Amino acid sequence: MIIENSEVILSVRNLQAEVEGVQILKGLNLEVKAGEVHAIMGPNGSGKSTFSKVLAGHPDYTVTAGEIIFQGQDLIAIPPEERARSGVFLAFQYPLEIPGVSNLDFLRVAYNSRRKHQGLEELDAFDFDELVREKLEIVKMDAAFLSRSVNEGFSGGEKKRNEILQMALLEPKLAILDETDSGLDIDALQSVAGGVNQLSNESNALLVITHYQRLLNYIVPDYIHVMESGEIIVSGPKELALELEERGYDWVREEAQVGV
Amino acid sequence: MSATVKTLVNQPYKYGFVTNIEADTIPRGLNEDVIRLISHKKNEPAFMLEFRLKAYRQWLKMAEPTWPNVNYPAINYQDIIYYSAPKQKAKKNSLEEVDPTLLETFEKLGIPLSEQKRLSNVAVDAIFDSVSVATTFKEKLAKEGIIFCSFSEAVHEHPELIKKYLGSVVPVGDNFFAALNAAVFSDGSFVYIPKNTKCPMDLSTYFRINTGDSGQFERTLIVAEEGSSVTYLEGCTAPMFDTNQLHAAVVELVALDNAEIKYSTVQNWYAGDENGKGGIYNFVTKRGLCQGVNSKISWTQVETGSAITWKYPSCVLVGDNSVGEFYSVALTNHMQQADTGTKMVHIGKNTRSTIISKGISAGRSKNSYRGLVKMGAKAKGARNYSQCDSMLIGDRAQANTFPYIQVQNNSAKVEHEASTSKIGEDQLFFFAQRGISAEDAISMTISGFCKDVFNKLPMEFAVEADRLLSLKLEGTVG
Ligand SMILES: Nc1ncnc2c1ncn2[C@@H]1O[C@H](COP(=O)(O)OP(=O)(O)O)[C@@H](O)[C@H]1O
Ligand SMILES: [Mg+2]
Repeated sequence: MIIENSEVILSVRNLQAEVEGVQILKGLNLEVKAGEVHAIMGPNGSGKSTFSKVLAGHPDYTVTAGEIIFQGQDLIAIPPEERARSGVFLAFQYPLEIPGVSNLDFLRVAYNSRRKHQGLEELDAFDFDELVREKLEIVKMDAAFLSRSVNEGFSGGEKKRNEILQMALLEPKLAILDETDSGLDIDALQSVAGGVNQLSNESNALLVITHYQRLLNYIVPDYIHVMESGEIIVSGPKELALELEERGYDWVREEAQVGV
Repeated sequence: MSATVKTLVNQPYKYGFVTNIEADTIPRGLNEDVIRLISHKKNEPAFMLEFRLKAYRQWLKMAEPTWPNVNYPAINYQDIIYYSAPKQKAKKNSLEEVDPTLLETFEKLGIPLSEQKRLSNVAVDAIFDSVSVATTFKEKLAKEGIIFCSFSEAVHEHPELIKKYLGSVVPVGDNFFAALNAAVFSDGSFVYIPKNTKCPMDLSTYFRINTGDSGQFERTLIVAEEGSSVTYLEGCTAPMFDTNQLHAAVVELVALDNAEIKYSTVQNWYAGDENGKGGIYNFVTKRGLCQGVNSKISWTQVETGSAITWKYPSCVLVGDNSVGEFYSVALTNHMQQADTGTKMVHIGKNTRSTIISKGISAGRSKNSYRGLVKMGAKAKGARNYSQCDSMLIGDRAQANTFPYIQVQNNSAKVEHEASTSKIGEDQLFFFAQRGISAEDAISMTISGFCKDVFNKLPMEFAVEADRLLSLKLEGTVG
C-alpha cells in the first residue's frame, strides 16, 4: 500500500556493479517506502538476480559506483550477515540444500542471530519450537519438514515455502523475493503468495522479482519497474504488468527509447 | 577461495610442544643387530626375537607400496632411530615412580594419569615415544580377569596369549609397513577380555611422539573371548618438527563367538605447516578378525592430523552372522594427504558390513577414500552397505573415491552410494543471508556432515572430535 510520507526503507542511486570484471548493473535507481510492494520485471539476463544479490551483499559482486541506503545506512560496506540481521531478507531463486543440518536448527540459529542483533533475548529450543509451529501455518507447511535437512530432497515448491517460512520468522524490514513463483503449481503459488501477503504490513516493504505477470495477480504491487541490461528502463503503476503481458518487453524497449 | 574461508581453516596446532627428557636412544639405522638390540633392551623371550627377525627378513624383500594416491620424497630407512625411550627406573610399581615430567606432559595433553585426576570412566595406557609410561585402573580391571597392560609387560606376563595371537590377524609379511613394524615395534597396548565379561569401563591408549628423529612403531592387540565386549579408544599427538616422522603401527583385533569390539580413534598427529613442511607419516595397518559366530567389530575413526595418512581399518568376517562396521571422518587441510578407507572381507554366511565414510578436504589437500568389499564364495546371504561422502571446502582441495567390489557368490548384496558437496561462497552466502556467520555456517555444515559418524563415538570422544574439527576449521573471522 502507498502511504503518504512513510519512511524510506531503501534508496538505490546510480548503482553499478560487476561480476568477474563484467559490468552487469549500469546505473540503477529505486526508492522503496514502508508499506509498499514493488515488482521488478524484465527478461532473462536483464540483471534482476544480480540486483537482489548486490542488495544482500554477495561477495562475488563488486559495487563500482552508486549507493544503497537502507534505513538511512549505506549498506555497501556492511557484510552480508549484518545486512540480514538488520532486516534485509532475500528469498533465493534457487535455495541451496544443506545435508545433515536440520531445518529446525538452521531456522533457530538464523532467528536467534536476528534477535540478538535487535537486543532481544534468544529463544531456547522449546520456545522456538512453539513459535515455528505457528509460522508453519502461514505457508501451510507440514511440521515434518522441520526435522529434515535444510531443503534436502524438497520439491521446488517446498523449497520456496521454506524460504517464506524463514521470512515469516525473521520479519524483515525489506524482503526481496527472487522468482519465488518459478516452478510452482497453482496451489503452491497461492499458499506462498498468501503467506507473503499475510507478512506484508505498513512498516515493511517488498521487492518482488518475477518475469511473469501471474504472481502479480496474487501479490499486487504498488509499482512496477522494468529492467533491461542492468537498468530500470520504465516504472509505472500495476497496470503496466498487464500491458507487458500483452505486448511483450519489446514494446517497453521502444517506449523507453521515445521516453515515457 | 575467499579470505574468510582461509582464516577459518587455518588454526594453529595446540599440541606442538616438545618435552625435555633424557632418553635412551639407539643409533640410527636398521639391521639385524639393531633388532637384536631392541629385543635385548626389552629383555624379550626368544620367540619374540624370532618373530622380529622373520619379519625383518621378509621386509627386506618387500617394496614400499606405490598405489596410494599420495606423494612424498623417498624415506631413508637407515636414517631413522628405531628405539627411543625416556630414561626411568626399569620397573614402575606405581605412578609415583613415573618421571613427573612425563605425567605433566600427559596432563598438558588433557590426559591426567594420577589417582586424583585421572578420568573416572576410562582406563588409560599412556605411551611416550616407544614405551608405555603408565596404565591406569590396571588392578581394578584385573579383578574381573581383564588384562590391560603395555605390550612389553604382556610379553612377560602372558606369553602364551601373545604367542597365540600376535601376527594372527596381520601376518608379519602382510605389507611393507606391517613387516617393518613387526621387526622393530617397541611397545603398545594389550587387552584381553575373558569369557562372558563386559568390560566395565572404556579402555584407551594415548600415543605421544616426542623425539624428532625417531620412528614410532607400536602394536596393539585386543582379544575378546566368547560373549565378551569392550570399547577401546585411541588418541595421539606429536610435537611440531619441520622434518617428517614415520609412524607405522599395527593393530590386531580378535573377536570370538558373540564377542564385540568397538575401536575408536581420534588421530591428531602433527600435520605439518601450511606449506606442507614437517608432519607425521601415518602408515598404519589395522585389522579385526571376527572369528566367532555373531561376533562384531566396529571401527570408528576421526582422522584430522598427519602429513600423510595411509590407513584401512578392516574386518575379516569369518564367523557366520558376524558384523563389521567402519565409520570414518577424515579431514585434510593445507597440504595434507590422506588415502584411507577400509576392507570388508566376507567369508562366513550372512555376514554383514556397513561403511560410512566422510571426507572433508580444505586448503590444497588431497583426500581419497579407498575401500574394498569382498564377498567370498561361501558368504551366502552376505550384505554390505557403503556410503562415501566428500565435502570440499574452497576451490583448491581434492577428493577422490576408489571403491573396489568383488563378489564371488550371487546371493550376496552390495550397495554403494557416494556424494560430493561443497562449502563455497554460495553456501556461506546462503547462511550469511540468514544472519549466520561463516564460522557458525562451517561448523554447522561439518557437524551435520559428520553426524552419522560422531553418533558412533563414545560420548567423551564425540565431544572431543567435534571440538577438534571446530578447532581445525573455525576461528575468529578476521
Ligand atoms: N557470477 C556470474 N558470473 C558471470 N556472469 C554473471 C554472473 N552472475 C550473473 N551474470 C550475468 O549477468 C547477467 C544478468 O544475470 P541475472 O542477474 O541472473 O539476470 P536475471 O535474474 O534477470 O535473469 C547475465 O548476462 C548473466 O550471465
Ligand atoms: Mg534471475
